[in-house]
Amino acid sequence: MAGSTPASPSASAGPAVRAAPAFSPARDAWRRFRKHRLAVASLVALGVVVLAVIIGPVVWPVAINDIDFSAQLKPPSFAHPFGTDDLGQDILARLIYGGRISLAVGLVAMIVAMVVGVLVGATAGMSRGRVDAALMWLADLFLSLPQLPLLLLIIYLFRDGLKAVLGPEGGVFVLIVLVIGGLRWMPVARLVRAQFLSLREKEFVEAARALGASRARLVVHHILPNALGPVIVAGTIDVANAIIAESTLSFLGLGFPPDIPTWGRVLFDAKDYLDVAAYWSLFPGSAMFIAVLSINFIGDGLRDALDPRRVL
Amino acid sequence: MSRDFLLRRLLIAIPSLFGISLVLFVVLALAPGDPFGELVTNPNVPPEVRLALRAKFGLDDPIWIRYVRWLFAMLQGDWGFSFVSRVNVDTLILQRLPTTMAVIGASQVLAIMIAIPVGVLAAAKPYSLFDQIANTFAFIGFSLPTFFTGLLLILVFSVQLNWLPFVFTTEIRGSGWPWLWEYVRQSIMPVTVLGLFQGASLVRYVRSSVLEVIKLDYVTTARSKGIGERKVLVLHVVRNALIPVVTLVALQMPIVFGGAIVTEQIFRVPGIGSLLISAMLANDTPVIMGVTFVFSCLVVLFNLIADVLYGWLDPRIALR
Repeated sequence: MAGSTPASPSASAGPAVRAAPAFSPARDAWRRFRKHRLAVASLVALGVVVLAVIIGPVVWPVAINDIDFSAQLKPPSFAHPFGTDDLGQDILARLIYGGRISLAVGLVAMIVAMVVGVLVGATAGMSRGRVDAALMWLADLFLSLPQLPLLLLIIYLFRDGLKAVLGPEGGVFVLIVLVIGGLRWMPVARLVRAQFLSLREKEFVEAARALGASRARLVVHHILPNALGPVIVAGTIDVANAIIAESTLSFLGLGFPPDIPTWGRVLFDAKDYLDVAAYWSLFPGSAMFIAVLSINFIGDGLRDALDPRRVL
Repeated sequence: MSRDFLLRRLLIAIPSLFGISLVLFVVLALAPGDPFGELVTNPNVPPEVRLALRAKFGLDDPIWIRYVRWLFAMLQGDWGFSFVSRVNVDTLILQRLPTTMAVIGASQVLAIMIAIPVGVLAAAKPYSLFDQIANTFAFIGFSLPTFFTGLLLILVFSVQLNWLPFVFTTEIRGSGWPWLWEYVRQSIMPVTVLGLFQGASLVRYVRSSVLEVIKLDYVTTARSKGIGERKVLVLHVVRNALIPVVTLVALQMPIVFGGAIVTEQIFRVPGIGSLLISAMLANDTPVIMGVTFVFSCLVVLFNLIADVLYGWLDPRIALR
């Protein structure tokens, strides 16, 4: 029993010896990913949500701000599959529109966090010594910042300034994405640094160095591709966290302006009508839950696929 | 644990406190507009008074002097007064801090009480049915945003069943047991929301920590001596596996504070989280800065406590 616990259910399977004509890392990863049934189901669920959000307006061409006082707080019906809110606006249309923003925020914030994290981590990992120590101190410092209060503070202080420059929607989007991304790069930086520290001593890197590869080439062609597995996993989970962070801001009434119905914002508007219109909060909440849960499961599946040694 | 270790940890905490205060100050200094804008736009404040105030707060001095002065003021508890309620910020925060700490404390206890048994049992039989169920529920637990869980609980227990009050109030009449019972009743939902969210992420840490320990040689030795499996698990494995969990609980503190802000806002718990939100909606800058500073200090404090506890539980760390 001792020492026999496999790192993941699929890791124990070992490399499949098949007469496959060509072996590629991507195909091997996909083979492992498929074994995680919940991850595959989540991929389908997330696909449905993304598809609904993208082609939704074509299939359901109802305006998001079509105020209709004759249809206030109507429960789900054929005319309004998800019901209407206190102004008679169609909730389905608002959720489709808001989903675009929520998912886009998640994706772009993740990209910001990845870029900063990989840059900092790679710099720290390649340069060791003082630069490394300083960068890691910075990462630790950022890790011990109280994220949500700081997020709220920055948005509170800078919202009006950016709104004036980029317009209400664009300004808030850029701000939220930058701040959420800027407060989440630390785990990625640490992961990348750890990978770099071990990879840079490996024989294949030494061989490349002996052949006269420049530092930049070593990093971009040899070290980084091998360090990407855990980074992709962390990035997936970051998308989920960023979606939650944006929804939290909107739910507190401090995110997007009221005329942009992100999922959190719809929930914020709905929370005072729980007793008369429970469906109004249940639909946006469930949409958020399904998106976040499926992204988290996909991240777990990717971990099995790309990083089979880790237990957690 | 040596005194040296304690002192070293304390000294490490100081630069991070400085760093955090620097980040806060830079954010404030970079912000467009005048932090005392309310005084500028208020027609009842004559320009001379405004200029005098600017001079008094030193807004025209070089930035590093402003930082030093601001830091000293913060450290001395001189945090200004609330624009809205005309009360000193530190009084306002001290009034509300105990409620926040009570809710966070109770929810942490709940989270630990859920996470340790579930995580240990899941790791005892990895990939068993129980492990898979626990894992799935853990994923559901931290994928449900706290504000949605809060609304769901209100919907079920307040609106549908009418068992629990959904608004937290400090003005409960009566005394003795009935008073205590009302207090507990209104705390159940906020504490549950925070505790479940926190517990869900802790379960996975506990599980992986136990899995790390369970394959060590000394556990095999204990087993080979014929000690029962349950005894091995509780006395030999769990004791060591929980050491890293202590650090994790502390490292999660920033996230817990975020959750506490949301929970306090939903259930209208009069803590510093809801104070922060109402101050933001009312443009009450001194209160916002004060609360953010308090949250930062609490995070540093909890990191320090975790470090010290870790050194005490695992003397190998303290020797390094």
